[in-house]
Amino acid sequence: MSVDLGVSGVLARCRAEGRAALIGYLPVGFPDVEGSIRAMVAMVESGVDIVEVGLPYSDPLMDGPVIQHAVETALAGGAHVVDGFRATRAIRDAGAPALVMSYWNLILRRGVDRYAAELAAAGGAGLITPDLIPDEANEWIAASEREGLDRVFLVAPSSTPERLVRVTEATRGFVYAASTMGVTGERTTVGSAARDLVDRTRAVTDLPVCVGLGVSNGDQAAELAQYADGVIVGTAFVRTLGGDGELGARLDALRELSTDLARGVREGAR
Amino acid sequence: MSAGRFGQFGGRYVPEALIPALEQLDEARLSAMQDPGFLAELEHLHRTYTGRPSIITEVPRFAAHAGNARVILKREDLNHTGSHKINNVIAQALLTKRMGKTRVIAETGAGQHGVATATAAALMGLECRVYMGKVDTERQALNVARMRMLGAEVVAVEHGSATLKDAINEALRDWVTNVERTHYLIGTVTGPHPFPEMVRDFHRIIGVEAREQVLELTGRLPDAVVACVGGGSNAMGIFHRFIEDEGVRLVGVEAGGEGLDGRHAARFATAVPGVLHGAMSYLMQDEDGQTVESHSVSAGLDYPSVGPEHSHLRDSGRAEYVYATDTEAMEAFALLCRTEGIIPAIESAHALAGAMVLGRELGPEATILVNLSGRGDKDMHTAAEWFGLVDDVVEDEMVPSGESDDPGAAGDGRTQL
Repeated sequence: MSVDLGVSGVLARCRAEGRAALIGYLPVGFPDVEGSIRAMVAMVESGVDIVEVGLPYSDPLMDGPVIQHAVETALAGGAHVVDGFRATRAIRDAGAPALVMSYWNLILRRGVDRYAAELAAAGGAGLITPDLIPDEANEWIAASEREGLDRVFLVAPSSTPERLVRVTEATRGFVYAASTMGVTGERTTVGSAARDLVDRTRAVTDLPVCVGLGVSNGDQAAELAQYADGVIVGTAFVRTLGGDGELGARLDALRELSTDLARGVREGAR
Repeated sequence: MSAGRFGQFGGRYVPEALIPALEQLDEARLSAMQDPGFLAELEHLHRTYTGRPSIITEVPRFAAHAGNARVILKREDLNHTGSHKINNVIAQALLTKRMGKTRVIAETGAGQHGVATATAAALMGLECRVYMGKVDTERQALNVARMRMLGAEVVAVEHGSATLKDAINEALRDWVTNVERTHYLIGTVTGPHPFPEMVRDFHRIIGVEAREQVLELTGRLPDAVVACVGGGSNAMGIFHRFIEDEGVRLVGVEAGGEGLDGRHAARFATAVPGVLHGAMSYLMQDEDGQTVESHSVSAGLDYPSVGPEHSHLRDSGRAEYVYATDTEAMEAFALLCRTEGIIPAIESAHALAGAMVLGRELGPEATILVNLSGRGDKDMHTAAEWFGLVDDVVEDEMVPSGESDDPGAAGDGRTQL
């Protein structure tokens, strides 16, 4: 490969600045395809370092009610897997790397090799695969190596030391630490399980470790930024974008949230 | 490829957070199956509680409509709670205790597996929550009431299509959140490894008993073994002991619904492999890989995917899969009622419909073993509607609008699996 499409450059830059990266998730197609892409670009313009482009799926078993509702809306509105490529291109053009987050059957259906080539061509940085474990990922590991794409696998508080090794050895880009057992959604406290998981993960890998599930404001982001390489925020963005009023006003609210979270990841500097 | 594969099918397509629980379960079930104490306890419960061994019944008056082949029914309908489901549920409930967990959760389409799970939970003092699509709770009030009588909590799932697949999604969400003390008691031979293999092993007793019983009755093996296939647990249960008997045809009957031009659940006739609920198998999906909703008059067969071992048996040619439409199944349902005085579950009626076709093909020399996986009491409302046995005016009064927020508050007692 000639160009590294991945996120490691951005994460290294954030580390050099002595701060955590801010990673924001939105599903493509919510409230509609155009609106979702505008929102993703707005996030980049107001401090989000890496964007997670969610592909809407009919059976999102890792997601809580807010994201479930958003992807149902996106599917009802006719969002397709290929719309994700428009999003990754727009985000790349706005100056940030975009990781696609997808349940595995969508990738499998399109063909793993084909999807990987198309994602690379669309400027995508790689894939986050919430229901694909490395044990099942041989085809994707080969395709992502070939295309220079990141492979973000997840670890959880339940992960044993053996599983942490297995997962991190297969990972490229960063390790996604799911801070609490459960589905996506905002939580009032992120809890000590997150720190413990990050520490245990660091013990087995030099890869950056980013923490997700539950963060909704700058203060929580600051707390996590004290020990994580990146703070992942999903539901709070989706809820903000799904609020009442004109799309323009909701995009303004999204920018405010991004700015607050970007403040948080800097205040928590180690 | 990881462990737990049947050819290219099966696997573990689940969040990493669940892997330790799946490994714990795999270890527990493997050691349990080698443990004489566990096996003795299970055998005792099956003998004194489930009602095993279940009998076989030869049905000559029915067989007159099946090419005069010799037709023998394996009577899983006579088990406690009315279907084969109890075989697996009792065993998994014992495993739950063995793992030191105190809570079980389950999905149910229209109640049969939920009722069986609630039953086993009551028997063993386990906390029990059953997830059920809201559409199903509204139509299956009687089974919701049965589960609640047995002490289970029933949760109506309103997301997605609000049917079985969404109930499974919600159960998986619960499991990942509460996995430390909770066992997900999956009701069929699908889901991530080790569920397909484990649930099959817990139902294998059906085929083990039936093979011996048919040999004793007829002096030889059957020419064909026929079972309906939704997720496929009753079929794997009766097939498995016969897999090495090369001369025995294994025939699975899927739900053809309105026919292949309409809505149906004939996965093997139309679908391609994909991943749903943790397993790679044949899957009804659109061009993007989004799950397509299935349809059948029988809720127990109304599922867009199928157990991975069936996909392997199909692709390897060891088993063959046909489908029966709603109409064909209901004709077979009525026929067994009228000729033999046995009211089958509508699911099982699909197997009977398949046997009628097969009997005509094989003729009077053939012996066909059919798994009568459940009884049809639960299907009386559907049958009454289908055959016009209920006066229209009364019918209108009986069927509520089904718009209540309380899953148990309204419904017409129409039940399926």
